[in-house]
Amino acid sequence: MRLTQGTFSYLPDLTDEQIQAQVQYCLDNDWPVAVEYTDDPHPRNIYWTMWGLPMFDLLDAAGVMHEINACRHAFPNHYIRVTGYDRRLGRQTTALSFIVNRPAEEPGFYLERQEGADRQVRYTLRAYAAVRPSGQRYG
Amino acid sequence: MAHAKNGNKGRWSAGVTPYAEMGYYNADYIPKDTDILCAFRIVPQEGIEPIEAAAAVAGESSTATWTVVWTDRLTAHEHYQAKCYRVDPVSGTNQYIAYIAYDLDLFEEGSIANLTSSIIGNVFGFKALKSLRLEDMRIPPHYTKTFQGPPHGIIMEREYLNKYGRPLLGATVKPKLGLSARNYGRVVYEALLGGLDFTKDDENINSQPFMRWRDRFLFCMEAVNKAQAVTGEIKGHYLNVTAGTMEEMYERADFAKELGSVIIMIDLTIGYTAIQSMSKWARKNGVILHLHRAGHGTYTRQKTHGVSFRVIAKWMRLAGVDHIHAGTIVGKLEGDPHNVQGYYATLRGDKVDANPLLGLYFDQDWASMPGTMPVASGGIHAGQMHQLLHYLGEDVVLQFGGGTIGHPDGIAEGAAANRIAVEAMIQARNEGRDTLSEGPEILARAARWSPSLHKALEVWKDVTFNFESTDTPDVVVTPTY
Repeated sequence: MRLTQGTFSYLPDLTDEQIQAQVQYCLDNDWPVAVEYTDDPHPRNIYWTMWGLPMFDLLDAAGVMHEINACRHAFPNHYIRVTGYDRRLGRQTTALSFIVNRPAEEPGFYLERQEGADRQVRYTLRAYAAVRPSGQRYG
Repeated sequence: MAHAKNGNKGRWSAGVTPYAEMGYYNADYIPKDTDILCAFRIVPQEGIEPIEAAAAVAGESSTATWTVVWTDRLTAHEHYQAKCYRVDPVSGTNQYIAYIAYDLDLFEEGSIANLTSSIIGNVFGFKALKSLRLEDMRIPPHYTKTFQGPPHGIIMEREYLNKYGRPLLGATVKPKLGLSARNYGRVVYEALLGGLDFTKDDENINSQPFMRWRDRFLFCMEAVNKAQAVTGEIKGHYLNVTAGTMEEMYERADFAKELGSVIIMIDLTIGYTAIQSMSKWARKNGVILHLHRAGHGTYTRQKTHGVSFRVIAKWMRLAGVDHIHAGTIVGKLEGDPHNVQGYYATLRGDKVDANPLLGLYFDQDWASMPGTMPVASGGIHAGQMHQLLHYLGEDVVLQFGGGTIGHPDGIAEGAAANRIAVEAMIQARNEGRDTLSEGPEILARAARWSPSLHKALEVWKDVTFNFESTDTPDVVVTPTY
């Protein structure tokens, strides 16, 4: 399967040049960029591990690319996302978030159905990879 | 009115006195920050002075009746009287815009029913007027703060769904009536699996003999959960809980919550009080609340009579809905581009400036009330993505019903075409491309690697709905060359 979280998951994987253009768009909007990674792709996994703090003072897209590539080097088989954060009053939320790295194999999710009374079913999603401990999930 | 001349009659003599002379017109009145202000479009009957007609609207929507009553003298009546403070002719027509101020004391806190029973309760059938339309209202923070507004709002919805940086995508299941619950769930599954964020019950899908609500909810939630497993994304189906009584609606909403649905929906036809009750329910239970504006066209569409949709939008943001249908501009339903952009600003903004070009008569300060997500639905397709993004922006749900389900290669392919189109357009816009003019080329380029988008563009390439709008702002943009 292909995990389709993030703004651009239905497009072919972005090239570095395309990623840098999106980073530049964030910086032009005064949105500090952050890099986060995980090996738990569950859609309710909100808090991916931060690759350092959000880069509030890094205003150079090439510098951000350097951090993205360092994260990729350290975690080549993790999901890595780049986010732009809009701190303006009334927003104070993520403005853009897209995946820039994903495991070579994405086994996907097991949908567990617990059958209850009155035809009700309790559904639970489990990432196949997350059965193993964190750090040993994607080879 | 004009036939009831005062002569030398005193203010308190029994009988009929013109409204304007009773204090309902006061050109010197300066509205207070706490006043609720209204702009009415009035067309007086022949022979009726516009100022008297406007004063009559102020009177009948506040304290007045048709004749003098001595019991007014038991009150501080000047305080409770609504005051028309300005009447402007609309050039080239028999219409006037009357501005009326209402003291805050006239309204019960946190009640749309009370607000509307005053403002539009009695006056619209008034014989002395040919027609009457409530164009806009200024709701001061003092009144706004008596409502909690949307149970989640735009920001919370995005954080809950974990979806940022692009319009959300949806589709209404079609045909709107007749599918069995099992077949209905198939449409939901295919559309969500293919790439949409939401699917939706139509306004008139409630609990009919061909598909009872409980069966629909069960099959739809199977579809939603299965699509989440295939994509790893949060998905939702707007389960319509509209029913004949509050008790039945609560029962359906509770069941939707138990099944784990992230969202439910209601129709505007359930009434303002029911909407406020469902808003409380949605906040308490952590379920997003979608409102379908069923029936609004009966009173919002005609320029000279009824209530403008920008007013309905304000009432619904106060009443507290997370989503509301607000027009597409390019689709099959009524919606002048400037008016629709005015509705969107009203729903999403915090401090919204008066703007005659967008039909906005007053500054509106929402005092940090969360925004309501506008929904664009009705006759739109992937080939219009650049226009939709240009006119409607990013905080919107774009709903392609026919434009998903009608795809020649199937529903999932239709859904994928829409998702690819929106992502490609956002990518290009962020890269600095002029998407409005280069849109077709951007879509064509994506269609080279996406057969589903290619097919969608082929099938619907010439579909447009170019009809003149019945409702447009008085002020038009004059092109400057």
